[in-house]
Amino acid sequence: MKIKICIPTERIHNPIISDSIIETGILLNIMVANIDSTYGELIADVMDSRFDRIKNALESRGAIVAILDRPIHRDEEECVECGACISVCPMNVYSFDENWSLCVDEKKCIQCGMCIKMCPHGALKLGE
Amino acid sequence: MVKKSIHEINKKIEDGSVNVVTAEEMVGIVENLGVEGAAKEVDVVTTGTFGAMCSSGLMLNLGHSEPPIKIQRVWFNNVEAYSGLAAVDAYLGAAQISNTRGIQYGGAHVIEDLLRGKEINVHATSYGTDCYPRKVLDTTITLDDLNEAVLLNPRNAYQKYNAATNSSKRILNTYMGELLPNFGNVTYSGAGVLSPLSNDPSYETIGTGTRIFLGGAQGYVIGNGTQHSPSSGFGTLMVKGNLKEMSPDYLRAASFTGYGTTLYMGIGIPIPILNEKLAAATAVRDEDITTSVLDYAVGSRDKPVIRKVNYAELKSGSVQIEGKDVPTSSLSSFKNARKIANELKDWVKHGKFFVSMPVEKLCSEGSAKPMKQTQAVPLVKDVMSDFIVTIKKNQTVQDAAKKIWENSFNHLAVVSDTGELVGILTAWDISKAVAQSNFDSVESVMTKKVLTCAPNEPVDLAARRLDRYGVSAMPVIDSQRRVLGIITSDNISKLLARRY
Repeated sequence: MKIKICIPTERIHNPIISDSIIETGILLNIMVANIDSTYGELIADVMDSRFDRIKNALESRGAIVAILDRPIHRDEEECVECGACISVCPMNVYSFDENWSLCVDEKKCIQCGMCIKMCPHGALKLGE
Repeated sequence: MVKKSIHEINKKIEDGSVNVVTAEEMVGIVENLGVEGAAKEVDVVTTGTFGAMCSSGLMLNLGHSEPPIKIQRVWFNNVEAYSGLAAVDAYLGAAQISNTRGIQYGGAHVIEDLLRGKEINVHATSYGTDCYPRKVLDTTITLDDLNEAVLLNPRNAYQKYNAATNSSKRILNTYMGELLPNFGNVTYSGAGVLSPLSNDPSYETIGTGTRIFLGGAQGYVIGNGTQHSPSSGFGTLMVKGNLKEMSPDYLRAASFTGYGTTLYMGIGIPIPILNEKLAAATAVRDEDITTSVLDYAVGSRDKPVIRKVNYAELKSGSVQIEGKDVPTSSLSSFKNARKIANELKDWVKHGKFFVSMPVEKLCSEGSAKPMKQTQAVPLVKDVMSDFIVTIKKNQTVQDAAKKIWENSFNHLAVVSDTGELVGILTAWDISKAVAQSNFDSVESVMTKKVLTCAPNEPVDLAARRLDRYGVSAMPVIDSQRRVLGIITSDNISKLLARRY
């Protein structure tokens, strides 16, 4: 499953991610990481069965963990299947099939919202 | 030599014996039968395109009110239309944006809402005359209430269009969509193999008077579009059709983030195969239609060409730029273009649509001119200070402080041993270093991410960048990153002071 880990300002100098991985031995596949001296936000993939343990480890160190379970939703009436969304998605959620129909693989979505801004027809929304 | 007349083809449409194929199917037919065989076999080739066509709008007539009004200004759902036409005629442009909702809603949305049967608020004002005494009018209308609702689009169906990319370090929001930094993506528009004008590039059969599929109804080409540039393969069409007969399947409002509203139009044009030349032209493939990928990071009219590309490459999903595979996005819908070409094929096959010859040919040479500007645009090099103090990156903070003090200059350009710009140092940076008792090399206290500009950039672009990033000065550098001068907010205010 995809999870979002937020590291608040007061904990930004602690090696929260490394500590949690070493303690639990659970691997996190980090897909997006925006960290600076004031705030950190990461998106990572973790096996469903191990989520509770890594969540506890991270949260005991001050991080905030949320499951990304509101993937992108496409309004098929509004969508004209132009494919504008394809090139801005960092996770390759969108693709064309051989008939130029738009395919959406919601499972890959990390809810970054890039495609929402790109869509000229306002056909994309998060979580519905 | 194959020679058919429009009359013969229309006879075949009438008796149901016409052979009509889409421009996509024609590629294979010409490959198999050759040009002559295909010209004998095929009577009509249908094309289609479905994409953003900003230069579109609705000419409408409201009917007269009681007491009558000579409308001076008019708004439909708070989107202003042009009404300097008699009393109750107005022209609503697709790209006009709402006074209240901004670029979320525009003329294009009003047109789509009308087409979907929705009620539209109308507010109109006037100065009042003896014959038109009324000064203010408020009402609601639907499409049925209008006497005429004619879609009248000055520039549609570009033969092909330039693709877009972005070399800069920030996201650009353009009419070509979101362009990601560092050549992060390429966007393009146009139907390639199905593009109407690309299938008749010498405009033999597409011209003034040609009957076409427009928004799901029968419409007409009424001439070349504005900015028609046939010499470079960028022909355009001016078209008209009755909105009341159209379908929202083929007409959609859209809004590009940070840019504005536009209308997605579905257009299909049948090409009668009168001779071998037309059979050969309609066999055009995606790989035969080339265009340029332009760098939208350059905010000028003439954007640098990053590379040439054909529609097969664009449609493959990625193109190479600087050795990297860059993902592409289409802004027009190829699926809908195909749907239109097939729908038009059905109409012709079932005797519902007859082909026509233009009453006047489009001009097949020439190019759109740039705007005549009577005031010279000041360039960065015209206003920049060509005196700039530089410092080597390995000198000390104390050296820097001394230079600033001696030259009474607020910004030092930090350069490498070979003279390339590597950073900038301000009096503020030095104060900070002193406050923190940091007396290391200039390199450790300077700002490394420097905004720069080029000497030939218009000052307006430099000013926009200073404003966007909240800085007061930018070094001016050449292509080798050598420092030529500096442009400051002072330089720009002096320019304005001289102007007024």
